[in-house]
Amino acid sequence: MNFLLCKFLEFIKTINFSEHIALVLFSILPFALILGFLILTVIGLVLFERKILGYFTQRKGPNRVGFWGILQTTADAVKLLCKENIEISSGDNFLFTLSPIIAFAAIIILWCIIPYNAEFNMINSSVGILIYLIVSSFPMLFHFLAGYSSNNKYSIIGSYRALALTASYSVPIIFTILSIICITNTMNLNNIILFQTKKWIIFSNILGFVIFYISSIAKLNRCPFDLSEAESELVCGYHTEYSGMRFAMFFLGEYAELFVMCILISILFLGGYLPPFNVYLANIFMGNCSLCRYLIYFEQTFWLIFKTLLIIFSIIWIRATLPRFTQKTTLDFFWKYLTPLTIINLIIITFMRI
Amino acid sequence: MNIIVSTIDKVLNWGRANSIWPLTFATSCCGIEMMCASASNFDIARFGSEVFRPSPRQADLLICAGTITHKMAPVLLRLYEQMPEPKYVIAMGACSCGGGMFAGNAAYSVVNGIDKIVPVDIYLPMCPPRPEALFDAILKLQKEIKKESILTRKEFLESHQLNLKEENGILIRKDYDELY
Repeated sequence: MNFLLCKFLEFIKTINFSEHIALVLFSILPFALILGFLILTVIGLVLFERKILGYFTQRKGPNRVGFWGILQTTADAVKLLCKENIEISSGDNFLFTLSPIIAFAAIIILWCIIPYNAEFNMINSSVGILIYLIVSSFPMLFHFLAGYSSNNKYSIIGSYRALALTASYSVPIIFTILSIICITNTMNLNNIILFQTKKWIIFSNILGFVIFYISSIAKLNRCPFDLSEAESELVCGYHTEYSGMRFAMFFLGEYAELFVMCILISILFLGGYLPPFNVYLANIFMGNCSLCRYLIYFEQTFWLIFKTLLIIFSIIWIRATLPRFTQKTTLDFFWKYLTPLTIINLIIITFMRI
Repeated sequence: MNIIVSTIDKVLNWGRANSIWPLTFATSCCGIEMMCASASNFDIARFGSEVFRPSPRQADLLICAGTITHKMAPVLLRLYEQMPEPKYVIAMGACSCGGGMFAGNAAYSVVNGIDKIVPVDIYLPMCPPRPEALFDAILKLQKEIKKESILTRKEFLESHQLNLKEENGILIRKDYDELY
């Protein structure tokens, strides 16, 4: 962020603004920017998914509101904002209100850990990936509390399923991340990306990529592992009793988490913001001019988002293809096959390092 | 003042009209047509209504697809009461409009029209209606929603109040005798 900070302070000097307030502003503005982008991204993602699902099942998808149905999810957001908020008469009303807020707030923190390009990285910690793991367990915990506090049969069953699933996908995810730390020798997300300048990690850890991909689908609560909100068995799972904006918080959080998890996959395995073959388009078309230096930052963000959207597309593809697994099949799959495979993978990677 | 009200009305009604999420509720053959409406040949998603919510807490529209028996009536009532405001009802099929072929004394067990239990916004007769007819009903409901105003919200809510009494173990409207 140092380069950005210098530019910002130079700009502040030209308009004769107080430097102290500017420094405070600089620690707030990026977060506000991220929040705005988050909401825009989620609105876009939901539309993207509905359109893609439509084309996968030979339908058109939403196409009446705005041009090509672009404003469909905006209309949904307006409606959900102004819908009645039902409070529960029995159960824990405090936890009931608190859980969607914290589940959503945790995901905003996840968005701030990610390095979007070489410059724009708000929380550049030396243990970034550890912070990600810890904070990303918050939404699941508060999904459980949401189901617990709503005092509803279906909610509590959904919550327990979510907990069982959490225990089973966490081990593969953590062990795969351990194997990546083993390869790169660092926990800083920026350094992990820079390590892949010559060769992306997916080529040296292909098994890890497959395991991480499957486990992250389970972590995102999506088909075929959406056991905790199985619509045909439990009415809606943990958010059965939620209506209006509280439900929208869960809904927003789910898609924001999808986006940030796919960013993490592309950072850990696909080189993050690095371009393929390590050649920047800006350098090819513009040469080595002074403008290029700024353009490269935008291009890095473009490559990150591009890789992320590809992964999101594949996850939606899986949702359109596979039916839901049963509870037993899922737990069997994670504990009997995926977890041992992860440990074997970790051992292989460790020996390759030696 | 009028400008503010009409602007708010416009935005709210635009949002509400264009994202009507129906409740997954089907009791008989009309339900098959409702499923067909969301499948590829007809595609209810074009109007933004493909998000069939399983929980009434998140639904806006109750498409009552099929015959409602006296035993099912309390369930329908409960589902309607669980839905948050603003909520709308489409009576789909002849049975839910007025009893259909079970009307009058033809069957002892069937409610002759769900408007005796819940307030209905759009009546959609036929036995069963085709998916195109369901789309027509949804489009007409959208037109109705676009006419709403926050100033007349209270009257709207009063007209959508439930006014029920129990007679011989059967739920009917209190003003049933005056109406029919």
